[in-house]
Order: sequence, then C-alpha cells, then structure tokens
Amino acid sequence: MSEEEINKMKELLEQAVVPAQDIELRRDLWPQMLRKLDEQPLPVNGVPWFDWALAAILGAVVIFFPGSIPALLYHL
Amino acid sequence: MELLERFAAGDLEAFEVLFRQHQKEVYAWIVRIVRDTGIAEDLTVETFWRIYKHRDRFKPEGNFRAWARRIATNAALDHLRHTRQEVTLPENLPCAASPDGAARRETRDSIHRAFHELPAKYRLVASLALVEEESYADIAQAAGISESLVKVRVFRAVRMLRKKLNLLRPEVATK
Repeated sequence: MSEEEINKMKELLEQAVVPAQDIELRRDLWPQMLRKLDEQPLPVNGVPWFDWALAAILGAVVIFFPGSIPALLYHL
Repeated sequence: MELLERFAAGDLEAFEVLFRQHQKEVYAWIVRIVRDTGIAEDLTVETFWRIYKHRDRFKPEGNFRAWARRIATNAALDHLRHTRQEVTLPENLPCAASPDGAARRETRDSIHRAFHELPAKYRLVASLALVEEESYADIAQAAGISESLVKVRVFRAVRMLRKKLNLLRPEVATK
C-alpha cells in the first residue's frame, strides 16, 4: 500500500470525521478527581485477592490434610 | 523535595499541582482518540486516578508528560474496546462542511460508520494518524509500541476501511 492510498483515505475521512485539535477543556476537573479518590480509595496494601485465596487454600490443606506437609515442604 | 519526588512519595498536594499542570493536555489527547468531549472528561479523571494509583512505579527522574500520555492512551483504548459496537454520530464535536444532498450525507454516514466499526487498536491509530495527523513516532510512544507497528496498523486500518466502504457503499471506496 502506498502513501498515496493513505492520503486518499485521509481525504475521505475528512468528510466525516473532523479533527479535534482545537477542542479545549472548559472546566477544572480537580473536584471530579477528588470525588473519584473519595469513592474509590486506593487499596491499603498491595496484596491482590487471589494471593489471599491461595493462602486460604494452602491453610485449609495444612489443617485438613496434615500428612501433606512433608510433600509441601519438599516442593518449597 | 522536588515536585515529582513528592508525588511519587504519595503527596496529594504534589499530585494536585501535576493534575492542574497536565489535565488540559491529557484531555486534548484523549478527545482526539475517543472523539467525545464528555467521555474524554471522564477518561481524563480515570487517567489521573491510574497515575495516582501507580505512582510508586513512576521514577521521579522520568518524563511525567510521556508517562501520563501513555496511561491516557491505554484508558482511551480500554474505552474503545468496550464501546466498539456503538455507532452514533457525535453531537458535541463540530461537524464537517454540511453536505449538499442526501447522497453526500449517506456517504458521510458510511465513512463514519466504517471508521467507528474498526477494532479498537486500529481505530486508535487511524484516529491519531489519519484524522489528527500525529507523527508515527508520537503515536508509537503514546501507545507503547514500535513505530513500524504503528505503520503496519495504519496500513491495515486503511485496508479495513476500504473493505468496509466497498461493502457499505461501493462508489465511496472507489473515489
């Protein structure tokens, strides 16, 4: 495909999709930002939920199947 | 302590300063991708939320502007991925020169539909490279891909548009 074909497509797109280069932000978004920070507080710690789930499963295995402890230690 | 160091350490006041310094630029970049001013405002806030959330990954000696633009591009791309099927004419962006008749309006609608039906990653490069005429280098940096991949995606987007226009209105594609 040549640059010419790309330029032809640019001309076609000009008919329907107007560049947005002159559009400016008309209001300060900081109050909206503060609301979002209040609504969705950042996690206190960085441990994802699936790490907790894995830890719970491992704990359950150790409690209910103590015989598996040597096997678990072997694989550590 | 420098502004960027204070931000990386979690100082909300430093974040506010950075927000006010960069919100217009981030918004302008996003509106070029999503082409809707209301959605661009929401995505600007989403972008800065992601920036604040991942502040520990930012190196104070790095380029905050480039980092913010990359996160903004990802937020806009996520939005395009979730709204790909919606094909509506934007009401809050200025319209192209008004067409003379029904045929021209149909042509315009066909092009508009074909453009909005592009898969998200192709619409991103088509919007920035073909409509906004941003450089391939800037697009590559913002999207976190190589310049050659941007070129490939632009070529593919053009090919897809031609194919769609052939299906929608054959006379448009052969212009």
